[in-house]
This record gives sequence, structure tokens and C-alpha cells, in this order.
Amino acid sequence: MSTEHLGAPFAQRPALGERWGLSPAVALRPESFGALAYHFGNRRLTFLKNPRLASLVQQLSKQPDVGTALAQAQVPNTQWPAYLEALAGLAEGDMIRPLDPDRTDQGVEL
Amino acid sequence: MSTTTQVRPTGGPLLQQFEYGLDAPICLTWELTYACNLECAHCLSSSGRRDPRELTTAQCEAIIDELQRMQVFYVNIGGGEPTIRPDFWHLLEYAVAHQVGVKFSTNGVRITKDRARFLASTDYVDVQVSLDGATAAVNDYVRGPGSFDTALRALRNLRDASFQEAKISVVVTRQNVDQLDEFKALAGEFGATLRLTRLRPSGRGADVWDELHPLPEQQRQLYDWLRAHGEDVLTGDSFFHLSGFGGSLPGLNLCGAGRVVCLIDPIGDVYACPFAIHDNFLAGNVLRDDGFATVWRDSELFAELRSPQTGGACAKCQFFDSCRGGCMAAKFFTGLPLDGPDPECVQGYGESALAAANIRPEAGRNHSKTAATRNEPVMLTLRRREDLQAPPVSACAQSPLAGFTPDTR
Repeated sequence: MSTEHLGAPFAQRPALGERWGLSPAVALRPESFGALAYHFGNRRLTFLKNPRLASLVQQLSKQPDVGTALAQAQVPNTQWPAYLEALAGLAEGDMIRPLDPDRTDQGVEL
Repeated sequence: MSTTTQVRPTGGPLLQQFEYGLDAPICLTWELTYACNLECAHCLSSSGRRDPRELTTAQCEAIIDELQRMQVFYVNIGGGEPTIRPDFWHLLEYAVAHQVGVKFSTNGVRITKDRARFLASTDYVDVQVSLDGATAAVNDYVRGPGSFDTALRALRNLRDASFQEAKISVVVTRQNVDQLDEFKALAGEFGATLRLTRLRPSGRGADVWDELHPLPEQQRQLYDWLRAHGEDVLTGDSFFHLSGFGGSLPGLNLCGAGRVVCLIDPIGDVYACPFAIHDNFLAGNVLRDDGFATVWRDSELFAELRSPQTGGACAKCQFFDSCRGGCMAAKFFTGLPLDGPDPECVQGYGESALAAANIRPEAGRNHSKTAATRNEPVMLTLRRREDLQAPPVSACAQSPLAGFTPDTR
């Protein structure tokens, strides 16, 4: 059922200085534990297991780079590696993508 | 409704969050019609005849609008045979246009070359062709004569239209469990993905359960096969009862009924799960109860299913954390208590529970055809008695050597 997916890996890992955002084919659904992210293209369903990660992912594209987004989401510095790891997992499923750093108007809506 | 006094814990494992239910289902099955061209012996929805109260096109569109608002990302459409509905293709396009992806199950009867091309050109649509045997003999035994050819024609049409990633959907039975490698090869041949799911004693499945469900040693065989090939085979997370063998299978090892899973039936009734079409699991109706979202949020049945379960006798078992007591529907329709073991409990507790004289519940809704048709499977096979070497000797046989088989050793 729900967790069925067979997707292709996406190579790049997010780095602090890069600007990232939700893939155009991804929709986020808020849930009390965090959020569900669904990729309409590769049919992957991913669980964002805490509300802070969910708001981080939602805000990613609105910040100039990943580091700023982490700070904005009030992620304690000690937890940055864990959050970066979580973002890398999302990048692997094409849930988030690197964005052009110079453009701030890139839409992430479906 | 007032029974949701359970306080959801914050943090903790995701599985626990699922037990308390989500704001909207993540695995919603929607049976569009009870009408079907086939009469599969194990049909979980006892389909055959169209229900005269079937939802109209406008009512279906209203449900899709609501699913879009609830952000239900996709629906699993089934039946009956959903493509029999004249407005099926319209509803499919309507759903996709409203950000509700569609996976639909079909026996393939309407997947013509034209339709295959249309499907290949449409994003966000997945097609599952049902096949319960890798050979016509095994498949047609339960799905009826000609159904193997119908399914293969559909798969061929999809492949020829370059439809990506069709699914071959197999219910694992005693008869086809030895064909898993052949199914895999068949999927390879059609550029399709193999999907295996568990047989449930639901609908007409209750009538043939004793004859079709995999035997204990076959459960082990299936488990080993899934552990070896699980990566590229889909299972609908339906084999979590096998986790009792020791190692978890990939996916969600939890009964999602009413928590993350539910069913909308052709007349708008909402059930806790697609395998539980029975009054005991009826949560409400989308027409009578002010829409699907209201039923999902406010049904007393769902509130009950989302409260922590005790596990009953199973709680003492060391494997309870892996199988969580198994499948609710499988227990219910075999007459077992819902807080007891699964009838196919791999630790053997199901067999002893079944032996303790259970009364199976009466069938739920039945839309089976009232008279046999040419598509009805006949679950009989013609064989010879292996101990007979020659025709039987009749009482009036006069030969002095009648019935004598020379010892050729």
C-alpha cells in the first residue's frame, strides 16, 4: 500500500551553501507528527517525521541557502549534521532539488 | 462522535503515530462498481452485479474534489471491474486534473490498444493487471476461463503503447506460490513490475479460503522468496504477518485499517479497509454523513480503531512487535477474535485458535451474480486415481485373469 515505491536515486547531496527547494512534482501534507511528502512523478511517499523538519523543507526555497534555512527553522547547531542527512535522503528520492541561487522567484507549486 | 479522547504522543516512532491515525488516509481504495465481467472465486468484494444505488458521475466528482482538499495524493481504484463504468475514463482524467493520482486494478478486459495509448499519454496513472497464475491453467482455475488471455492481451497492449511500469498484481495462493519466479519472468517480459498481495478470506474469499490459502510450509517459502527478491517486488505491505518468522519485510508492518487505510465502496459506504466489507467495519456513508472527510475524522468506528490496541493473547508472544497481531479482516472472517492471532500466524497460534470451534461471521454485502455464467470458474480438476493401473473390474467380467496385474519385478 502506502509505502510502495520504486524510484531512481538522485545523486547530489545538499550542502550548507547551496539553495534547495521542493521538487515541482512534490506536494506536502501537514500531519500532527510533521508532514507527508508525495512525489507525483516517481510515486514516492516520504514521511517528514518531525514538525521542524517539515517547516524546514517548506521554507528551503525561500532562503538563500540551506544554512540560512536551518538557522531560520531554529535547528540547534549540534543537530545540523542530522538534518543535512535527512535532506540528503530527501534529495535521493528527488523530493528536493538544487535551485538556481540567483533566482528567488522559482515556484515550487504543483 | 466523542470517543477520541486519546491523546496523541508527540515524537516517538512513526508507527505509533500511524496507530493514532492520520488527518487523511494515505492508502484509499475506491471501488467504483460492483459490476464485473468475471466471477473470480476469491473476489474480496463479492462482485458481479452493479448496485442500483451506485454513485453517479457528479457524486464521484464531488468525492474527488474532497480528496483534493484533503490532499489524498492518490487513490487505488478497483471494483468489480472499474473500467466497465461508462464514465471511468472521464473520472480518471478528472482525478488526475485535480491532483489525485490514480492507480487502478483491472482484469484487462477494456485495455484495448487505443486505451493503452491513452494511458501511456497520461501522467499520474498506474495500471495493475490482476493475474493469479503464471499459466492459464492456474490462473483460470480461480479467475475463470479466458481470463489469463485477457490479462496478457492487456499487458501486451500496454507494452506496445510504451506504457511505463505496468503492474502485474498477484494474489498469492496455495496453487500459484510455486510460480513466483515465473511471475517475475512474466513481469520482465512485459516491462512490468510484479506486485504480490495476500489472499484474504473476505467476500467470496471466505468460501474458498480453506482450499486456496497458502499452507504453513508455503508461508515460509513465500517469506524466503520475499526476503530474497523484496527489493524489486511490490507487496502492498500486505505480508506483515510473515514478519513473525523473525525478520521484518520492507514496508509498514501494521494493520492500517481506519488509521491510514480505508475503502469507499460503489454506493459511497466507507469501510475500515478494502478487505472488510461488512457491517461491523462500516464507518459511514459519504452521501448520508456529509462527505468523506467527516466520516474519516468523526466516525466512532475509526476512533476506536485509532485507540491503542491491547494485543490480547498475542501481547505475550515475542514476535508481537513484528507482526502486531496480523490482519484484522483475516481474523474476523475466519471467526477469530480481533485481539487474537492471525489465522495464518507463522508461529502456529492461528491453527490452535481455529481449532477452538469458531463460528465464522455471516457474509457481508453480496453482489455475486445470481446464476452461473460462462465466465464462472469451476474449481474442479480432472485427475486419475494414481493407484489404478487399469480400468476397474466389473462384477460381470468373465476372464479368469480379470483384475490380475502381473508382477513385473
